[in-house]
Amino acid sequence: MKTTIYSARKIITMNPNRPETSHVAVRDGRILGTGTLDELAGWGPYDLDERFADKVLMPGLIEGHAHSMEGALWSFTYVGWFDRMDPDGKVWDGVKSVDDVVARLKEAEAALGGEDEPLLGWGLDPIYMDNVRMTRADLDRVSETRPVGVMHASGHILNVNTRGLELAGLLKPGQNHPGIPVGDDGLPTGELKSPEVMMPAGKHVGLDRSFLSSDPGALRNYARLCVRSGVTTSSDLGQQLDDDLLKMFLDVTGAEDYPVCMVAFRINFGLSPKELVDYAASLREQSTDRLELGRIKVIADGSIQGFSARIRWPGYYNGAENGLWYIAPDQLAEIYERALAAGVQVHTHTNGDEATQLAIETMETALRKAPDADHRFTLQHCQLASAAQFRKMARLGMCVNLFANHHFFWGDEHYNLTVGPERALRMNACNTALSEGVPMTIHSDAPVTPLGPLFTAWAAVNRRTASGRIQGAHECISVEQALHAITIGAAVTMKMDDVIGSIEVGKRADFAVLEEDPTQVAPEALKDISVWGTVQGGRIFEAATI
Amino acid sequence: MMDLPVSVIAGYLGAGKTTLVNHLLRHNEGQRLAVLVNEFGELPIDADLIESADDGLISIAGGCVCCAFGSDLIGALTDIRNMSPRPDHVLIEASGVALPASIAASVRLIDGLRSDAVLVLADAEQIRRNARNTYLADTIERQLSQADMLLLTKADLVSKQQLDEVRDWLKGNHPGKRILPVVSGQIPISAALGALPFPARQPSAADTAHSRFESIVLRPDGIVDADALGVALANDPGVDRAKGFVAGDEGMVLLHVVGNRHNTEAASGDHEVGVICIGLKDQLDPARIRGLPDAVRAGRAAE
Repeated sequence: MKTTIYSARKIITMNPNRPETSHVAVRDGRILGTGTLDELAGWGPYDLDERFADKVLMPGLIEGHAHSMEGALWSFTYVGWFDRMDPDGKVWDGVKSVDDVVARLKEAEAALGGEDEPLLGWGLDPIYMDNVRMTRADLDRVSETRPVGVMHASGHILNVNTRGLELAGLLKPGQNHPGIPVGDDGLPTGELKSPEVMMPAGKHVGLDRSFLSSDPGALRNYARLCVRSGVTTSSDLGQQLDDDLLKMFLDVTGAEDYPVCMVAFRINFGLSPKELVDYAASLREQSTDRLELGRIKVIADGSIQGFSARIRWPGYYNGAENGLWYIAPDQLAEIYERALAAGVQVHTHTNGDEATQLAIETMETALRKAPDADHRFTLQHCQLASAAQFRKMARLGMCVNLFANHHFFWGDEHYNLTVGPERALRMNACNTALSEGVPMTIHSDAPVTPLGPLFTAWAAVNRRTASGRIQGAHECISVEQALHAITIGAAVTMKMDDVIGSIEVGKRADFAVLEEDPTQVAPEALKDISVWGTVQGGRIFEAATI
Repeated sequence: MMDLPVSVIAGYLGAGKTTLVNHLLRHNEGQRLAVLVNEFGELPIDADLIESADDGLISIAGGCVCCAFGSDLIGALTDIRNMSPRPDHVLIEASGVALPASIAASVRLIDGLRSDAVLVLADAEQIRRNARNTYLADTIERQLSQADMLLLTKADLVSKQQLDEVRDWLKGNHPGKRILPVVSGQIPISAALGALPFPARQPSAADTAHSRFESIVLRPDGIVDADALGVALANDPGVDRAKGFVAGDEGMVLLHVVGNRHNTEAASGDHEVGVICIGLKDQLDPARIRGLPDAVRAGRAAE
């Protein structure tokens, strides 16, 4: 029964009874106690470990909405606008023009073997490039013999070169599909919009299962990114878990050196409501220290910037038709009722406020049939929720995970185009959620935006958009509230706050090891704090060597 | 080889899509159907029809198959197109909130496939209530407006008066659309999907439950303008489905009619002239239909 006591420059505990301290004792991967060395010495013999003497410890950060697919993407070439760190810690510069995209892909192309091996880039976001439309001619400059593709940051558009179109059987005149724009020559431009038209070409440019879901390498890469961003517990919000995938998750996370606890949610696709709930319930007992199972993710609508979110009157600012339901309301109701009865937690993706309203009303009805005083059903994204909706959520015992990063990356777009100025101000309303009493966390939705809870906290505190405007100052939250959101707040939404989320006796020894004190730097500098690494379950992981 | 016809079956939950698919499989009249469902989660095939299930493909009595397409509709359709022997007709059972026109648009991307028809099912008991539901109204409306034919299901579960009311309501909102009542989930495959063109395998014995429908074979003498005949058949209020070969200016032509829409394609090889026209017994007027080829010729001459 070995006890290790770590000293630190400062330990921010998120335990209000002892918010700051200097030492933490760890035994068997759990926190034995916090306090002064004298206080902790009372537990008996110990080793004093002073490696963190000049670091600041926080509870291990918790990402409540991300996808391990982020780890898979780095097998392909990053061509996004913003600088982004890969699992090796290399920071890739953002690319700022189509020529830059072509140049970066050419570099990657030179390293490929064979004449017809595919090449895939990801992360393109033309809204920062004056909405330039990339064409197959651009990508033909990379290669005329290989299929070349570029996936947009939204995940909803794929550009391919001429060879890619040819292989997909789409290089022919007379195309009449809303997702396939046609050029002056009567042939497709190479832009493929919407999943159904992306798939046939995607297969040929490398957009296959390894891109779309997780494999062992991706899961390990994802964990390395977690260490680099101080994350010790992460949701994997929406896996089409089956027995094979489950085995892979158990194998990979079961390795002695796997540095993260993954919380894998079963997405609602592919199973009837009854099968879905039964399957999720059956998974619970297979949970391990590093793989939490038995929760459900449901997708109710699409995305706001894709105009596929369901929004209420008066609809989209640019007059676009209302979006799409991704699930029939009656099926949502059946899932809620069955899950409540089975004690299975459900997190529901609702982007638009109509989808949020449906989820709230469905919840209210379901709770009458299957009351549960502590269900903590959580709305994910919930970007457009109004104050009235937050009040209702609080009364119904629901939680929320707001998309703070989105506000930075697409806030200007929402202001100008999708929902217009007034509703853009209330998007991802962290302050309203908290003041109305809804348990709240904030997220990256990686790979949609980069994983990094300190960045996400920065976004919620400052509410700056990519153009630098502060949008919706009333919804800014304090640094303390933001740090709460990315630790104990996230733990509450996943019903794990008895195990993680604060540095206090009895909890898992999960720490984020920081070079600076987030409560002392300027709020504008939160995102720039260096992460040394993590401690997860008492095991130490240094970012520089992970 | 002629293009393989693909029909989309859409409509909100409970409209009877699965019942219809099973009925068509059970009474396939010699047609080999390939059924594509969104997901196997809600297995849409009656157990007694399943011969074997293997690696994502379910084999069904009568040479029919069923598979799930998940997120790759185009891939699944391409696989079906490449099957040997090829099915006679592909049915896509859409999810309850799917918009069928976008599914049909994907079908049109694939060489060798022809988007044949969008059949939207409306539950006689529920459709008006669903259409008033805040969350569903626009989705239901979009589904109905994208139909080539509306199938009014569960017609036997409402009174005659209610049936008339719901039919009037549909007609009022979607003027000119063909509305076929479906009783106990039953409609002949020839009315829903069209008959097999001549010559084909012998159809199985006709189902007496389908006696509400009637078919006649139109055999125009000599050369006829297939498109003009298609327009005339599509405009005839008694004809819901028509399919078959006619002799055109440049050889044999395969003509399809569904609801108010028609389609022609050049046919290779020798075929017997004959267009099977199907409609409700009390609305199909054989004399009027037999007169259409001459009327078409007269119209053409008058131009």
